[in-house]
Amino acid sequence: MRWGVVVFPGSCDDQDVYDCLTQVLRQKVEFLWHKDRLKEKLDCIVLPGGFSYGDYLRAGAVARFSPIMEGIVEFAREGGLVLGICNGFQILCESGLLPGVLTRNTQLQFVCRPVYLRLEETDTPFTCAGKKNQLLRLPVKHGEGCYYADPVTLERLQKNRQILFRYVDSKGKTSAAANPNGSVDHIAGVCNEGRNVMGLMPHPEDASEKILGSEDGLKIFSSIVEACEKTEKRAWLG
Amino acid sequence: MRVRIFVSLKEGVLDPHGKAVERSLHMLGYGEVQDVRMGKYLELSLDASSREAVETRVREMCEKLLANPVIEDYRFEISNE
Repeated sequence: MRWGVVVFPGSCDDQDVYDCLTQVLRQKVEFLWHKDRLKEKLDCIVLPGGFSYGDYLRAGAVARFSPIMEGIVEFAREGGLVLGICNGFQILCESGLLPGVLTRNTQLQFVCRPVYLRLEETDTPFTCAGKKNQLLRLPVKHGEGCYYADPVTLERLQKNRQILFRYVDSKGKTSAAANPNGSVDHIAGVCNEGRNVMGLMPHPEDASEKILGSEDGLKIFSSIVEACEKTEKRAWLG
Repeated sequence: MRVRIFVSLKEGVLDPHGKAVERSLHMLGYGEVQDVRMGKYLELSLDASSREAVETRVREMCEKLLANPVIEDYRFEISNE
């Protein structure tokens, strides 16, 4: 399968995602420059972490209007797989591909530490290699990761089982102490209704080798590889 | 024409910045202060044939970029400066 990793001015985890995919998972990956238009036929596009366009105005607000995003929105609408990590998640919310928004952490501090995530749903191309309620240990590093959605949207997310990851403690229980940013309903990652677009705040690429302290992040990338191998079509829902 | 745009958080949306400012004001002895909410203020100039045209353009800018309708409301004032 073929991957694309978008590079915005201010992206800083693009190289980490590239290394994880090429070195650890032996995947074919190309960088996509924000000023270019999407031309290639790809299977999965990753929007990496960082501070695109300086995060001015709101995180992700300016990146959403870059030329590459136009093609990515279309790619996603046609069923293509799009994964947004951290700043990528913020951009996906700003562009309307994912519901809700990410705002300032409630404690007002940048948070940089490993967290435990509980895998809530496995019927998506991003989580199909995992088990329900499985715990993953991944690092977070963000100042604006507090997920918010209004009560109506939240109910819809729960009903459609779009909440894919929640922040939990090492026993798998949600609590205020285990929630690093004050996200509503302890949400760490969600997908769209079509289940082909996912965003999450923690960084799977930074937990992809033993030397990094955890290999749990590979679960997400290998799910995508598995899903793409299973389905000949790019579109998850065909 | 000169436009002054105010972007504010919707009711019910958490405002940690506002809360921090409120706590600071309380510490300084302004205990009567309640419900501090912080927002954004923008000023811009643009040429347009009429006030209505300015309103249409600025509303569009707010909806597209300047405010996020999920959490923010906006209002603006137009003057002939």
